[in-house]
Amino acid sequence: MIELLVHVLLTLAWLLLTGSFGTENIVLGVVLSYLMLALAVGRGEQRGYVQRLPAAVRLFGYFLVELIKANAQVAWEMIDPRHTMSPGVVEVPLDLKTPFAITLLSNLITLTPGTLTMEVSDDHTRLYVHGMYVTDPDRFRAEIKQGFERRVKEVFE
Amino acid sequence: MTTTEWIAAALLLLGSLLMLLSAIGLLRMPDLYNRLSAASKATSLGAIFLLAGFAVVQPDPSVVGRAIATILFVLVTVPVASHAIARAGYRDRVPLWKHSTVDEWEGTLDAPTRPDGDKRE
Repeated sequence: MIELLVHVLLTLAWLLLTGSFGTENIVLGVVLSYLMLALAVGRGEQRGYVQRLPAAVRLFGYFLVELIKANAQVAWEMIDPRHTMSPGVVEVPLDLKTPFAITLLSNLITLTPGTLTMEVSDDHTRLYVHGMYVTDPDRFRAEIKQGFERRVKEVFE
Repeated sequence: MTTTEWIAAALLLLGSLLMLLSAIGLLRMPDLYNRLSAASKATSLGAIFLLAGFAVVQPDPSVVGRAIATILFVLVTVPVASHAIARAGYRDRVPLWKHSTVDEWEGTLDAPTRPDGDKRE
């Protein structure tokens, strides 16, 4: 993670040299320093900081979209006088290995309304997830694996 | 009203609405797990909207800084608490709603034990 330090130092250098500390200039400095860093070390490593930073931004964006979509769905469930949901508990096998990535994935699942991580198996190979809309357990599993898990994997593993 | 005030008002209203909806959900949902889903999630986004509203009204660095810090704390603590409650509930055999479609966790657990080691039932 030496690249992170270089990124911060490059941004600082940009801010000091341009002499303005407004929000726009900070954003510009972060973007320009990232491009410098990508040109300098980008082609060497396969999965370095340069590749992980955009993956982290994508993960964050995906999370925000899911959060708002799921909130709308659950909010509608609250005011609809009928119960239209079909809750269930689904076992999700994990491809992630590191405890930090598993923790992050289960927290992201829990933060998204309608899904709730209930248990991580003792050997860290499965999650048990409660969902409010589980009509097809296999589809539910696939949505988590190809949605959150794949993106978390791109950032941390 | 200025544009900033309109944005802040919209954020505060949306946040309060989400809080209200999760309170309704807490009462209306049929079992522990759906109640947790309804109560904790809408509340966290509701709190984010409310705090963002404050930050827009008072764009003072100390207010904005505290709003961002509080949002981060909410995002870190809320899922851990929901997870712990759901896990404890399931291990203590709080039943799922009768119309639940599937329970793949069932049967993989031993009988829950009390702290003194006594088996239930």
